[in-house]
Amino acid sequence: MADEAPFLLLHSEVVQYIYKSAESGDTENGRNITKLENMGFRVGQGLMERLTKDTPRFKDELDIMKFICKDFWTCVFRKQIDNLRTNHQGIYVLQDNTFRLLGHLSAGKQYLELSPKYLAFACGLVRGALCDLGVKSIVTAEVSIMPACKFQVMIQKA
Amino acid sequence: MSRQSNRTTDSKKMNSELFTLTYGALVTQLCKDYENDEEVNKQLDKMGYNIGVRLIEDFLARSNIGRCQDFRETADVIAKVAFKMYLGITPSVTNWSPAGDEFSLILENNPLVDFVELPDNHSTLIYSNLLCGVLRGSLEMVQMAVDVKFVQDTLRGDNVTEIRMKFIKRIEENLPAGDE
Repeated sequence: MADEAPFLLLHSEVVQYIYKSAESGDTENGRNITKLENMGFRVGQGLMERLTKDTPRFKDELDIMKFICKDFWTCVFRKQIDNLRTNHQGIYVLQDNTFRLLGHLSAGKQYLELSPKYLAFACGLVRGALCDLGVKSIVTAEVSIMPACKFQVMIQKA
Repeated sequence: MSRQSNRTTDSKKMNSELFTLTYGALVTQLCKDYENDEEVNKQLDKMGYNIGVRLIEDFLARSNIGRCQDFRETADVIAKVAFKMYLGITPSVTNWSPAGDEFSLILENNPLVDFVELPDNHSTLIYSNLLCGVLRGSLEMVQMAVDVKFVQDTLRGDNVTEIRMKFIKRIEENLPAGDE
């Protein structure tokens, strides 16, 4: 498929669906985020499996993170992560200045409160991709001005 | 940095896999949420409709295609331009009804079902039903009421995947009094 419009529309439709289906029940916000995150997780796993089919073994954690920032991000969002930072103790911050899933929402602070909805799936993607490479993690995202976005990856030591 | 050199991932291909897998995750979730397949089919159609009414704008803006003269032209545009653009496939158009108001799209390889196998207990699930909604929704936005449904599906053991489209009527534009 040469086009990403269907994916973007499908993604917002998925978000819509998850939130609408919860309205009737008494589920709260957190459950929806978890649901979306889990869907992303599964997709991230599948993608990573396909993507690393022919790549040599990774040297270390940092190498894996670089792979996420470059290849994985390029495949999913057609660009690389703009900035990767780490404290060398298992915390990584991935910054994307024009995050694809927020690009069509707003450029500024408008609709900022809606951003968690649209980031949960992506957090799951990253967590799933990492999990597929044997790295357990917690991934969260934060936005201060759309469409820039920071993902924080906390590696869980076994 | 030796790894960089031997990586040859086709980003277009990956992008379609992203779509396929995301769609799969959605169907899985729907099957969990609803008890019977009929409900899932309905929900997929509804979501497809929502996508269709928005996708048509993207399509018209980018393809530079004007209003279709007849249903045959519509069929051609759908198969050769729209499907090509969004799913990377070109279905064949066949089985025209004598009146020219009904035809079939035959999908050789449906990208939505790339990694899919239906379990036995979902025999009535129309996995790609989203597509019907998309077609219906987008045509409605260009004043065509159309009935769309799957009549054959390789996932359910048929030889080909066939989408049947039937023209119902032209939707009259409801202009507010005094306009035009």
